[in-house]
Amino acid sequence: MKYMTINNRKVAFDDEKNVLSVLRKAGINLPTFCYHSELSTYGACRMCVVEDDRGRIFASCSETPRDGMVIYTNTPKLQHHRKMIIELLLASHCRDCTTCHANGTCELRQLALQLGVSYVRFKNYKEQVPIDETSPSIVIDQNKCILCGDCVRTCEEIQGIGVFDFAYRGSKMKVTPAFNRKMSETDCVGCGQCRLVCPTGAITIKTNFRPVWEALADKNTRVVAQIAPAVRVAIGDKFGLEKGRNAIGKLSAALRMMGFDEVYDTNLGADITVIEEAKEFVERLEKNENLPLFTSCCPGWVKFCENKHPEMAKHISTCRSPQSMFGAIIKEEARCNPKDERKTMVVSIMPCTAKKGEILRPEHYDDGEPVVDYVLTTSEVSRMIKEAGMDLSQITPEALDMPFGIASGAAAIFGVTGGVTEAVIRHVVGDSTSATLADISNIGVRGTAQVKEFEVTVGDRDVKIAVVHGLKAADELLTKMEKGEVYYDFVEVMACKRGCIAGGGQPLPFGPRTKNARYKGLYKIDSKSQIKISQDNPIVMNMYDTILKGKEHKLLHNQK
Amino acid sequence: MLDKSYYEKADEIIAQHGAEQKALIPIIQDIQNEYRYLPPELLSYVAGKIGISEAKAFSVATFYENFSFDPKGKYVIKVCDGTACHVRNSLSVLDRLYTELGLSKDKVTTDDMLFTLETVSCLGACGLAPVMMINEDVYPAMTPDKAAEVIRKLREEA
Ligand code: SF4
Ligand code: SF4
Ligand code: FES
Repeated sequence: MKYMTINNRKVAFDDEKNVLSVLRKAGINLPTFCYHSELSTYGACRMCVVEDDRGRIFASCSETPRDGMVIYTNTPKLQHHRKMIIELLLASHCRDCTTCHANGTCELRQLALQLGVSYVRFKNYKEQVPIDETSPSIVIDQNKCILCGDCVRTCEEIQGIGVFDFAYRGSKMKVTPAFNRKMSETDCVGCGQCRLVCPTGAITIKTNFRPVWEALADKNTRVVAQIAPAVRVAIGDKFGLEKGRNAIGKLSAALRMMGFDEVYDTNLGADITVIEEAKEFVERLEKNENLPLFTSCCPGWVKFCENKHPEMAKHISTCRSPQSMFGAIIKEEARCNPKDERKTMVVSIMPCTAKKGEILRPEHYDDGEPVVDYVLTTSEVSRMIKEAGMDLSQITPEALDMPFGIASGAAAIFGVTGGVTEAVIRHVVGDSTSATLADISNIGVRGTAQVKEFEVTVGDRDVKIAVVHGLKAADELLTKMEKGEVYYDFVEVMACKRGCIAGGGQPLPFGPRTKNARYKGLYKIDSKSQIKISQDNPIVMNMYDTILKGKEHKLLHNQK
Repeated sequence: MLDKSYYEKADEIIAQHGAEQKALIPIIQDIQNEYRYLPPELLSYVAGKIGISEAKAFSVATFYENFSFDPKGKYVIKVCDGTACHVRNSLSVLDRLYTELGLSKDKVTTDDMLFTLETVSCLGACGLAPVMMINEDVYPAMTPDKAAEVIRKLREEA
């Protein structure tokens, strides 16, 4: 065991990769802007500085721990230093905190408060640039960027895309797409992972709640909500509910109070996705053609595959995503019911910013009409609930509306990596005894490994499956597949690491502990639900005999 | 979209240096030498070939003043405005060249693509101040009149 002395206390450490991690382990939380444990170390913001016994000041995130080190974390020199850094950052930063979309989550603002910066002596001479709202998913305001590079490294190192980088130098330096392009002209897939790490309001969600409020107030519009799996275990975050707690009942009540006419469950769409995707998979297996099958429920992944591996895009399942299947059914039902003179509007409540882009794609239109009209992220809905003066923690839960309010446990786990695959396997195996379900859960489909590989026997065939999350990891896997180094029959990809529970639209802040709680929360919903496999969902099976009859292709698949 | 020949030239240059990330700077330097500027399309093309994002390539190319995305004139005039040249009145040389060529700080290349006028911080020839360079040639001890004369000659030659 090695030791270092931190603020006059002996602290043991072993293989921590930097002094900052030792400090955190010892319960000292130094401020950081540019350090994220999953990304490479940049060491630029200097917020994490510490002082050693010789008065040397260094960035703890970039220093390897050594035995016998003596470190101080809060000397007057350091206090002065940190405060000065914040003041300098603020010097060239927009100061409209009251109207900023990151109001409440901005780390810069929190630190200014925490370090007692109450006045900025300097004038802001930075040239103001227009806000980029060309992406359907995120908004970029470079005037609020503090050049920490977190978004640069997330998009590059986790997502393997590299939309942004630093450009120019000195006081002209900025973080921008190549050639100062607008976001809509880049390869951005809208995953919003950069928004999760941005400490300021430079990257925020593209919000859509204004038109939804208007529709809610309009008597002639029937506004239908559908709620994605990962939303229910995150919506409580901003209202002090226990992390990972399933708050679907409270959310459903709140949505009704806000004026939604009907509140349903996207999980029902997920159940149909399972059935359709399994059908497609078994067909392809029987014909032994167009394998592997790639899942299609994550729009970030779909776009990434089209951009970076266009020759592989034909493997993507023709199934629409759950939100889209669900929206298509609601719209079709409305078309079949001309007695209701109201206009039907479908609003999806999603953990995801990429879903905002998905609904604009032509294959998510039926009869010239979008199947989903608006996507609101969990964060936006939290804000709407607050705007309406409600407190989720005080609201009495209500059930979802019928008939589209019943879903299987298999659908709930769509929100985590491996969930879609597990749901499809359950369906293909078709046996819901607890022994079989336990076997499936232990097959290697669960857990947080970046790539999971395993085999399942379907009929007389051993089917090879891979589950991957994070687009960089997917990119590497696809490259190996292209080179013929590996082969799979079925590949599940989710753009966001750990799946939708860590989607780009989820309420901030959240770290590993919250992610774990959301992860467990979804499996808990599954284990508590009476319906375990999608084909046991009575509503769904009934739909195949009624509204879906003869229209499966139109409503559930991407018309090609 | 540039003419095909540009991409062929780029392929040739990439082959000389190897399609590796670390070869980015030498590759784009050679491209710039070839065309007297760095066509943005080729920067993107090189990025793809050596396996880095366009944003990263753009980052490198904008870090160094030397790279230019705008086509430059046949004669690139660099007027030194380093300390030594500045105190010996380099600005009056520069001003004269601006009027002579009809250029300004924001418009640096003549429409006939003959001249590009830039300032640099120090050419490392302070003993000859004020200095200017045109392509590879050094012109020492400039005055506004001398500079105008140089331009007149180059125009005749062209
Ligand atoms: S939304 Fe995703 S793809 Fe787009 S810039 Fe951010 S991290 Fe990159
Ligand atoms: S946009 Fe945000 S995350 Fe990216 S460098 Fe600027 S402050 Fe950092
Ligand atoms: S967190 Fe260490 S320098 Fe930014």
